[in-house]
Amino acid sequence: MAQAPAAEMETKWWSGGKSPFNVEYGKLMMWYFLMSDAFTFGAFLISYGTIRFSQNFWPDPNKVFNAFPFAGHANLPLAFVSLMTFILIVSSVTMVLAVHAGHHNDKKGVIKWMIWTIVGGIAFLACQAWEWTHLITGDHAVMINGVVEHIGTTVSKNPWGPEVAGAMHDGHHVTTTGPVAFGGYFFGITGFHGFHVLSGVVINIIMLIMTMNGVFEKRGHYLMIEKAGLYWHFVDLVWVFVFLCFYLI
Amino acid sequence: MDHHQSSPEVTVHHAPGGKEVVQKIIRTTVILSVITLIELALGFGMYLMPDLSSAIVLFIKGAIVILSLLKAFYIVGVFMHLGEEIKNLIMTIIVPLLLFVWFIAAFLWDGSSWRMLRNTQGKSKTEQVVNSKGVENKTPAVQH
Repeated sequence: MAQAPAAEMETKWWSGGKSPFNVEYGKLMMWYFLMSDAFTFGAFLISYGTIRFSQNFWPDPNKVFNAFPFAGHANLPLAFVSLMTFILIVSSVTMVLAVHAGHHNDKKGVIKWMIWTIVGGIAFLACQAWEWTHLITGDHAVMINGVVEHIGTTVSKNPWGPEVAGAMHDGHHVTTTGPVAFGGYFFGITGFHGFHVLSGVVINIIMLIMTMNGVFEKRGHYLMIEKAGLYWHFVDLVWVFVFLCFYLI
Repeated sequence: MDHHQSSPEVTVHHAPGGKEVVQKIIRTTVILSVITLIELALGFGMYLMPDLSSAIVLFIKGAIVILSLLKAFYIVGVFMHLGEEIKNLIMTIIVPLLLFVWFIAAFLWDGSSWRMLRNTQGKSKTEQVVNSKGVENKTPAVQH
C-alpha cells in the first residue's frame, strides 16, 4: 500500500504505460476545469480592475458595505462580509474532513461532514441574498441634475458618489452618483460566484445522497467526494479574491 | 476490495493519513483565520485613518494582496492536497496560471492609461456624451 517516497522519484513518468500525473482521470479533469474557471473569474476581476483604474473616483467599500442584519443603521464596516468569509472557510474545513473520512472509508464520517458543508453553503447563500436585498432596496439621498432623489444600488444606478459639500438630508450627506460600472461588476461577479456556491451545494447534496445510499461503499472508494471537494475548495478560493477586490482594497 | 487498487491511472499510492492529517487541517484553519483577521485589521485601519498618505495606503493594500495569495497557497496546497501530488501535476496546474502575471499588469496599466487620457484629453474625446440639448453626441475615440 504505502511505498517510500523514493519510488515517486525513481519512476520514469513519461516513459509510457502510466499516467504521468499519477491521479485518476476524473480528478485530473476536475483540476483542468478549475484552472479554466480560474481564468474566467480572473478575467472578470481584472476587467473590474481595469475599469476601476480608469476612474478618478471609486466608492469606498467601508461605506458601501457597513450594514449587518438586525443591526438597523449601525455603522459596521466589513463586519457582515467577515462573517460570510468565515462561514465559507469553515465549510471548506468540514469538506476537507469529509474527504479525510472518505480516505478511511468511514461512511458515517463522510455523511456527518457533508451535512455540515451543505449547511455552510446554504448559510453563505442566505447571507448573500440578504446583502443583495439590502444594497438594492437601501435608498440613499443623491443629487441628480440639481434635485435630491433616493436611489438604491443596482446595475444601472450607483448612489455612492462623492459627497456634495454642505448638502445634508435626514442627517446624512447627500452624494452625487458614482460610477455606474460599480453595481454591474459587484452583482455580476458576486452573482457568478454565488451561482458557483449554489451549484456546489447541489453537487454536495447529490454526493450526500449517494453516500447515504451506499454507492461509494459498494464502489470501494470515495473518489467522488474528493472531486466534489476540489470544486468546493475552489469556490472558497475564488471568494478569497472576490473578498479582496470588492471589500478590502 | 482495496480502494487503492481501484484506479489504473495511479502508479504510486499515498497511504491515507491518520490523526496527523486532522492536526494539519486544524493548523491550516487557524492560519487561514489569523490571516483573514490581519487583513480585516488592515482594512479597518485604513477606514479609521482616512488621512493616510497614498503611498502608505498603497503599501497596506499591497500587504493585503500578498496575504490573500498566502491564503490561496494554503487552500490549494493543503485543502485541495495539491502539495501532496507529484511534481508533474503541480506544474501542469501552476505554470499556465503564470499567464495572470501579464494579464493583471497589462490590463491595470491599460485602465490607468485610460484615466490619464480622459483627464488630459477631455471627456468628449473618449466617450459618448449628452450635450446641452440632450442629444447624444458621438465622437471618435482618441487617436495617437
